[in-house]
Amino acid sequence: MSLDSMNPALVEKHFKVIGTRVARPDGVDKVTGRARYGADAAMPGQLVGLVLRSPHAHAQIVKIDISKAVKLAGVKAVITSADFPDHTQGDRGMMDILENCMARGKALYDGHAVAAVAAIDAATARKALKLINVTYKILPHVTDVDEALQIHAPVLHPHIYTEGLSEKPTAASNWNKHGEYGHGDVDAGFKEADMVISRSYKTEQTHQGYIEPHSALASVSPDGSAEMFVCTQGHFVYRNQCATLLGLDANKLRVTASEIGGGFGGKTHVWAEPLALALSRKANRPVKLTMSREEVFRCTGPTSSTSIDVKIGAKKDGTITAAWAELRYQGGCFPSNWAELGAMTAFACYDLKNVKTVSKDAVVNRPKTAAYRAPSAPMAAFAVENTIDEVAKAIGMDPIDFRIKNAAKQGTKSSYGPVYGPIGIGPTLEAAKNHPHMKAPLGKNMGRGMACGFWFNFGGQTCVDVNVTPDGNVTIAQGTIDVGGSRASIAMAVAEELGVTYNQVRSIIADTSSLGHNDMTDGSRGTFSTSKAAIFAARNAITVLRDRAAKIWEIPASEVEWRDGAAHAKGVNHGNRTPLSLKEIAAQAGQTGGPIAGHAETVADNAGVSFATHIADVETDPETGRSLIKRYTVIQDAGKAMHPSYVEGQYQGGAAQGIGWALNEEYVYGKDGRLQNAAFLDYRIPVCSDLPFIDTQILEIPNPNHPYGVRGVGETSIVPPLAAVSIAVTNATGVRQTHIPMSPPRVLKSLKTKKK
Amino acid sequence: MGVHVRSTVNGDAVEFTCPEDEVLLDVLRNRLGLTGAKEGCGTGDCGACSVILDGRLVCSCLVLGAEMDGKVVETIEGMADGAKLHPLQQHFIDGAALQCGVCTPGFLMAADALLRKNPDPTEEEIRFGLAGNLCRCTGYDKIVRAVQAAAKEMRG
Repeated sequence: MSLDSMNPALVEKHFKVIGTRVARPDGVDKVTGRARYGADAAMPGQLVGLVLRSPHAHAQIVKIDISKAVKLAGVKAVITSADFPDHTQGDRGMMDILENCMARGKALYDGHAVAAVAAIDAATARKALKLINVTYKILPHVTDVDEALQIHAPVLHPHIYTEGLSEKPTAASNWNKHGEYGHGDVDAGFKEADMVISRSYKTEQTHQGYIEPHSALASVSPDGSAEMFVCTQGHFVYRNQCATLLGLDANKLRVTASEIGGGFGGKTHVWAEPLALALSRKANRPVKLTMSREEVFRCTGPTSSTSIDVKIGAKKDGTITAAWAELRYQGGCFPSNWAELGAMTAFACYDLKNVKTVSKDAVVNRPKTAAYRAPSAPMAAFAVENTIDEVAKAIGMDPIDFRIKNAAKQGTKSSYGPVYGPIGIGPTLEAAKNHPHMKAPLGKNMGRGMACGFWFNFGGQTCVDVNVTPDGNVTIAQGTIDVGGSRASIAMAVAEELGVTYNQVRSIIADTSSLGHNDMTDGSRGTFSTSKAAIFAARNAITVLRDRAAKIWEIPASEVEWRDGAAHAKGVNHGNRTPLSLKEIAAQAGQTGGPIAGHAETVADNAGVSFATHIADVETDPETGRSLIKRYTVIQDAGKAMHPSYVEGQYQGGAAQGIGWALNEEYVYGKDGRLQNAAFLDYRIPVCSDLPFIDTQILEIPNPNHPYGVRGVGETSIVPPLAAVSIAVTNATGVRQTHIPMSPPRVLKSLKTKKK
Repeated sequence: MGVHVRSTVNGDAVEFTCPEDEVLLDVLRNRLGLTGAKEGCGTGDCGACSVILDGRLVCSCLVLGAEMDGKVVETIEGMADGAKLHPLQQHFIDGAALQCGVCTPGFLMAADALLRKNPDPTEEEIRFGLAGNLCRCTGYDKIVRAVQAAAKEMRG
């Protein structure tokens, strides 16, 4: 965000609807079982689709014999990579997506799809999978990020040469990208320091863990048209990608988004969808392809595992003189830039004179990673905040005062480049310092940790239709998926603009043939960008409403103003007219020019960066190593909280995911490169009895680039927990925790090491 | 072949034949058109498929359809009294206790089963009573509060 684009006057607004806690429009459907999620729909004559997956981490596919499967009664289609001719026109990124959906020549991870079938029922489809004979030549594999970067590691792709180096490397490797961020002179900065701390950290791979598995219901007609009902965070993106991968025209593929049972970044990529479409095309019947939970773990897009080195120097007075980090992230079996995002976010909370971060992105024999809520930032914050904590203690300063002293503020040049506008890191730290939680007594074996987090937030392409119904109510067609209640927030914004009640406005998610392209619900952009477009669309509708009132009154439109849900004539000649309500104008629409509508499209730039500070109290049992969260507080800047309950929900949900990541969740790969815990029993996410109430405090530092001051709020809440919880365990045990998750065996091991 | 089953689902008599190995969840979803119960895992770990079978809370993915013969099944579709929502349903909406909502039917069935046994549960009893149901969106905070509010209202 640039300083000159700010206009705080725009956000000094008194609201009637915004900021209230209305009921969501999809609420009744969701508490009565009516709401239709991905697997809840059916089409006439639909088949069941199932996928055959590689049991090997890395293997050449020598031959796939489908002849027996094809002959099985009830099997209507069998597909392999041969059914996906290359339509990518040299776009390597699209080819990676296609290759991830269906292996081409090599299986690159345990679970990589190698074939798929469509049959009249699930039992027949399962039998058919067993009749497909795949001949593999097993290749050496690598699943650890540091091992993958070793010179003698097995190389996954002969075409990957490290990008971002001054000179092109002479050999292919698993190091797909190098990046550097920062400013100043870190070497000089470290020389100025009274205290320098260096530490290395590791975090394990986790999954978004949405409760609804992926499901797609696809129907391709012989005339080249197609439709798909699917759970996704971005049905326009799915439409565009599937059309490209299958060689379809985008306008002929109509994608309808189901209700979505959680995504958190994990439903931003296509996996099963191109397969469902290809099966349907081949079988000439609708095909429903629903993943099992095991498939969700093995074959969708978890987040990176990482290895991070941090070095921070400070003077005795608490000034940080230099900060450096190298971040190594694995992106699964295809190139990514997750380490780069980690490098950008690592020191974003601080005002630093000398800062440098280096990113190394690597490919390994694991599934292609996807975004997971503020992707890459939690791991970087874990490493940086622990080092910050250690430096503060080493110079004898309270860690919260140390952070306040070095916090970024308006005008700070961020560690990743831009200069900040009005931001919330300082206020969240001050609020934490003054929070009763910070002063509450701690019991035996307990420790308290606090930590900060940052996320960029994103805006992107959005368009919205606002239509006035003949009875004087309002419908909204939005194209961004509603994951956590955005239909309510968007209707609130339009009600606010039009001056009508929330109950008069209803928003739906339009299909891809009913609205222009919309980016997906990611980057905390859903409510920010869609409300922005909706406000502009409502304002365009108001222009139409004023015109119609002017026509009815036979006065110039310039003499009509809109307020409190009605047209008011103004000026000495017309001021005595009775106002015309939305309902009255709508009733006469047929005589004044036809239906009343407003449309707006925007690229919603300047989403407004987001900061949070979390406080965690943890009790760690020194005998078992098990840690329990006893108290937890989230303090975050929301810009403007459109629906405070839903903002609190985002804060609490992100914190709970971060707590699970900090304490339990982890992909466990065996020496054979196979995932050993692809089930909720063994990949344990927090349950109700694992957590206390999660206290929230919403700060509102308006984003000057949104008409109401809104910032994205969905992601930042997962950034501080890994750090806050690990610092709490460190304080509880007296041993610095440097490896996430802090599962009981890992904590016990760290305690034993201390005793030695 | 298959098993002949007669049962009562949400007060309605149902009768069908299903394969021996078909689970109750698939019977409800695919045979009876009741898709309110969700398959989140198929292994009894997530509780999204929770229903009440002869008064007992079960994961319908772990029960065979054949086992519902002669028994009474209650699902989320039968929870409201016509257009009037059950207090748990109303408090889940009012208290923002759902985000994506896919776990909500299971939570409501589990909470209903809990309150039938224990109309005045402590916070801890609610947390352990709902520990068989996974929610990834809310951090459980607003779910526990909604159950507390509904329990209070139901006690009168």
